[in-house]
Amino acid sequence: MTFLNFFISGISLGSIYAIIALGYTMVYGIAKMLNFAHGDVIMVGAYVCFYAVARYELNPFLGVVIAMMVCTFLGIIVERLAYKPLRQAPSLAVLITAIGMSYFLQNTALLLWSSNPKVFPSIIGRGSFKLFDGNLSISHITALTIGVCLVIMVILSLFIGKTKMGKAMRACSEDKGAAQLMGINVNATISMTFAIGSGLAAVAGALLCSAYPTLMPTTGALPGIKAFTAAVFGGIGSIPGAFLGGLMLGVIEIFAKAYISSQLSDAVVFGVLIVVLLVKPAGLLGKMTQEKV
Amino acid sequence: MTMRRLINLKRVEARRIYLTYAVVIAAYVICQVMSSTKFLSSSMRGMLVPICAYMVMAVSLNLVVGILGELSLGHAGFMSVGAFSGVATAILLQGVIPFAPVRLAIAMIVAAVFAALAGFIIGIPVLRLKGDYLAIVTLAFGEIIKSILNNFYLGVDSGGLHFSMLTDTTRLLPGGKLIIRGPMGISGIQKIATFPAGFILLMIALMIVFNLVNSRSGRAFMAIRDDRIAAESIGLDITKYKMMAFVMSAALAGSAGALFAMNYSTIVANKFDFNTSILILVFVVLGGQGNMLGGIIAAAVLTILPEKLREFSEYRMLLYAIVLIVMMLATNNAEIKEFLSRFNPFRRKEEA
Amino acid sequence: MKAKTKYVPVPSRSILPERDAGRDPVLECVKLGITLGGIKAVEDFNLTIGRTEIVGLIGPNGAGKTTVFNLLTKVYQPTTGTILLNGQDTHGMNTMQVNKAGIARTFQNIRLFRNLSVIDNVKTAMNNEMRYNMLSAILRLPNYRREEVAAHRRALKLLSIFDMQNVADVPAGSLPYGAQRRLEIVRALATNPSLLLLDEPAAGMNPSETADLMDNIRKVHEMFQIAIILIEHDMSLVMNICEGICVLNFGHVIAKGTPDEIQSNPAVIEAYLGRKKEA
Repeated sequence: MTFLNFFISGISLGSIYAIIALGYTMVYGIAKMLNFAHGDVIMVGAYVCFYAVARYELNPFLGVVIAMMVCTFLGIIVERLAYKPLRQAPSLAVLITAIGMSYFLQNTALLLWSSNPKVFPSIIGRGSFKLFDGNLSISHITALTIGVCLVIMVILSLFIGKTKMGKAMRACSEDKGAAQLMGINVNATISMTFAIGSGLAAVAGALLCSAYPTLMPTTGALPGIKAFTAAVFGGIGSIPGAFLGGLMLGVIEIFAKAYISSQLSDAVVFGVLIVVLLVKPAGLLGKMTQEKV
Repeated sequence: MTMRRLINLKRVEARRIYLTYAVVIAAYVICQVMSSTKFLSSSMRGMLVPICAYMVMAVSLNLVVGILGELSLGHAGFMSVGAFSGVATAILLQGVIPFAPVRLAIAMIVAAVFAALAGFIIGIPVLRLKGDYLAIVTLAFGEIIKSILNNFYLGVDSGGLHFSMLTDTTRLLPGGKLIIRGPMGISGIQKIATFPAGFILLMIALMIVFNLVNSRSGRAFMAIRDDRIAAESIGLDITKYKMMAFVMSAALAGSAGALFAMNYSTIVANKFDFNTSILILVFVVLGGQGNMLGGIIAAAVLTILPEKLREFSEYRMLLYAIVLIVMMLATNNAEIKEFLSRFNPFRRKEEA
Repeated sequence: MKAKTKYVPVPSRSILPERDAGRDPVLECVKLGITLGGIKAVEDFNLTIGRTEIVGLIGPNGAGKTTVFNLLTKVYQPTTGTILLNGQDTHGMNTMQVNKAGIARTFQNIRLFRNLSVIDNVKTAMNNEMRYNMLSAILRLPNYRREEVAAHRRALKLLSIFDMQNVADVPAGSLPYGAQRRLEIVRALATNPSLLLLDEPAAGMNPSETADLMDNIRKVHEMFQIAIILIEHDMSLVMNICEGICVLNFGHVIAKGTPDEIQSNPAVIEAYLGRKKEA
């Protein structure tokens, strides 16, 4: 039963990674950039949610909705101010700008909310379901996290696959120039991508801090890097890949902590990533493109 | 651009190399004079060695990012391998070689060898990948090195060297000494790193990189960067040259790490994390990829800047972030560039 | 008017120019084929090239011409067939090894080292003949200087064939289009090939540039006495300088022969102009 317990908490952690990884992978697929500030948007979302729930005593779900709105807005603003002027710039310049933006968000948070860790109130309480005569217990937040991740996955797949905006996104990720010639508003599409990614980050922030209730300005950094790793693991640019990569990374991390060593769990996670990339150089579900000669 | 100016490119390149050496030497002399006349504050004097180490890191990473054209996000990993192996060597030699500069030199060479070895082992899988995938794997290796060093124990006693992982099981004999203590790192380091040593290391790093760039290997690196397929078609061994650049860069980073570590009494693996790798990358990108002097200046400015911003105390990192973003926008956006160039009094008149 | 090459049958399956008849061919492709994405891009491709022959590879767009070059240079590994280069089977070799074995090429979409100077582009191609190691370079030992000076001289000499020695220090990417194409040829020659592959050398050139290019190709052929295969859509160029022509369509060789034979070959005319509508 302990095995199953570990597996479920792995899936739960992986669901959070998957939701964050979706933001990375969508932005990468369309803007071809690594948005390093994405992890810090999670942190902002968590803080907004924290203040809405703990300070203003709003309904937790209303808190999450407010956090989503704030983060969506933040995502659009960041893109407009920092990334859009660099559309034609070399990718490394954009990367450094994103890193600068990440520092900016972290330090703004530090000034606004201080570095003292805040204890995040779980958005759903600390209860748990008991199964098999109490041998297997699944906390409510674990169940909620997995459920939310599934719902997001289904909605996002339908959005990308069926709607006009989704089609525009796929077109932009294939060829921005051609998409523009077909009458697609590329700038609006990229803004939309950032908006969706950042809104999802807010959800991830609330879920992450409900499961691991310490909130600091640097809270988003490490999950951000891990989720980015998850996106690469699954094949960056691929939405099912981000989902799969996130889940696998979460499970591997929890198992490594449980069965190998909690200090070396990060090393194991990254080690698995390296092995996967050596066997499948474009990630699990990524497409290998061959350069035309 | 006129054709005549283009033809002078080779001479321009040579001039840039001499300028770099000249600026570094001049800066060294000025700093020495200023610190001997007590013109330099003690906090600034304490930063001279770390600045040198960061400058060498910038040169080293520039070889991979600017010359070879591959993005490495784990360069602090090589720095930490160098720091730990170098400091351990210096501690082991403490009784054998009493003269500190020689001990420092040997420690830096050992550090370079260990870091080069790490670079080679990591290079085998890493260099099979391309672009962003290569970058993420270097990030992964940086984190792995950090985790391993955080759980590594090394001790010495009359029976020789003993090491263990995760927990201290070295079981040293009485009189033995635990050198590397897992997450506690190494403490009680003799601060033998000096500014002249840092200067010499920087000059050696510059000489290695400049001379390498102007040789068959350097041309091969740049050819691979510009067009891998064409480089293969003229018979260049891509893997060999990538490995060469990667290992050389790791070796330089290793000795920089040893220099850096021996400026402090305690060193822990967490000092060399992802943020340090990013910091070094920022030096390189801000200074201009492939531009050694630019990277060196960026390293100095961005190390001193947070100190100088201390009067803004809690706003300093925020200002740092804003400076970073504004600089990237100013140097990379065509419209902003055009706007700024109007205020440049040295702007060349349009040629008729 | 150029001299007609006299073709003679040789014991192997092909014919070669008379001057090459006594020597082994530089290249023999036997039943070469490749499947790309489920489509047989090239199938049953047989070609024998004499030591100093100039052969044209022509055909409509998408016929598989560049794919043949990519097979010869191992950008793609062939799914079937063998390639003998100077009598040596190139099976299992990669692009680099094939170049060392004697094939050099240019690219349809110019692939220069754009940030390197013109002369450094050429010197990079001499990398494999230089005999000093990394340590000599870092310490600037005498053998470094000796080899670099020699390489510099030879690179200038090669550039002078195309009258480019005066732009030696210009970054390759800032050269005008025609000069970039010429530089690609010089770079390929610098690797001392026994077989030179030119992929649409005249693409995008005006008639006078094309005429210059034609002279240059002849000059290279005379000076280096090597075999050349060229892909080209400019028929006047092909008919003028090629001794043999191979016509591809839909991945198959539909005709082989001298320019005169090709010009009157009904299969070729059909491939290019289409079939006359049946009444």
